[in-house]
Amino acid sequence: MRSSRFFGSGGVSCDDVAAALPAVVDGGEIADIEVQRHIAACLRCQAELVQYRKVLRTLHQLRTAVLEPNPGLLPGILASLEAAGERRAMHHLLNGRRVAYVGGIAAATAAGAAGAILATRARRRVRLAS
Amino acid sequence: MVIDSEEARLVAAAKAGDMSAFTALVEATQADVYTLAYRLTGNEDDARDVAQEAYLRAFKSLKRFRGDARFSTWMYRITANCASTQLSRRSKGRHEELSDDDNVLDERPESDPEIMAEAGVLRDRVTAALADLPPILRAVVVLRDVYDLPHDAIASELGITESAAKVRLHRARRKLRERLFPMPGEEKARAV
Repeated sequence: MRSSRFFGSGGVSCDDVAAALPAVVDGGEIADIEVQRHIAACLRCQAELVQYRKVLRTLHQLRTAVLEPNPGLLPGILASLEAAGERRAMHHLLNGRRVAYVGGIAAATAAGAAGAILATRARRRVRLAS
Repeated sequence: MVIDSEEARLVAAAKAGDMSAFTALVEATQADVYTLAYRLTGNEDDARDVAQEAYLRAFKSLKRFRGDARFSTWMYRITANCASTQLSRRSKGRHEELSDDDNVLDERPESDPEIMAEAGVLRDRVTAALADLPPILRAVVVLRDVYDLPHDAIASELGITESAAKVRLHRARRKLRERLFPMPGEEKARAV
């Protein structure tokens, strides 16, 4: 456990400041004026902040350290994409056929209904004429 | 943000159904996506599965990609989401396998060998310390401090609140700092 030391009249300890340091290391503002004063006066907390900055800088550098994937990765990804593409194409095809099938039934039904109406009218005209 | 015109052209072509354009995007980003997956999961098998799943999801939802960010940034978000799913699935089955071996290839141009050697040693130590973090802390610090994703995006992809993401980030940074640069008194406390 770190030792707590107090500075100034605000009574802010190194422990209080330590809790705030991970948030302020990447430019976060220190809202508490007493914390600001403490850091300005405390070499220990300044040193700790420097260590946080080193950690953060090194983490940023990891961004350019790229791992070499296994040679099988790319073919694996492309194979799964191809399979997904084929599934999608099949789905579209089946959907298209389904639409054509339903459309055909609808057209046939409409034609049948129209025929029935015409036949009924024709029968009615024959009855009226006789 | 200026988006690379070649990347924008490939994205537009892929959206229009050009499979070779999407393949080119995969080829351009696969090492980065795999590296992120590895950093989040900590092992090669999971990293490969996560990368594969991430590209599959990207392919299926490409029409929703608005193009206001880099394609790679969009892939990082999807990868984070897939890794989160993978890790939660794993944690239900068995304990996390944490590894501290890492074959990182340094692509930075070298200037001063002494400084570079020192920086290389620190990078290796940070990599090992990252691997030892609990996965929920590691995910947040990797996405924020290595890949520079905003807090809201991290929270959204990991399924947590933004304030929870910040709390985890600060805890992770503190653990890394304590491990790499223990202050007087902390080493003793760690040893007890």
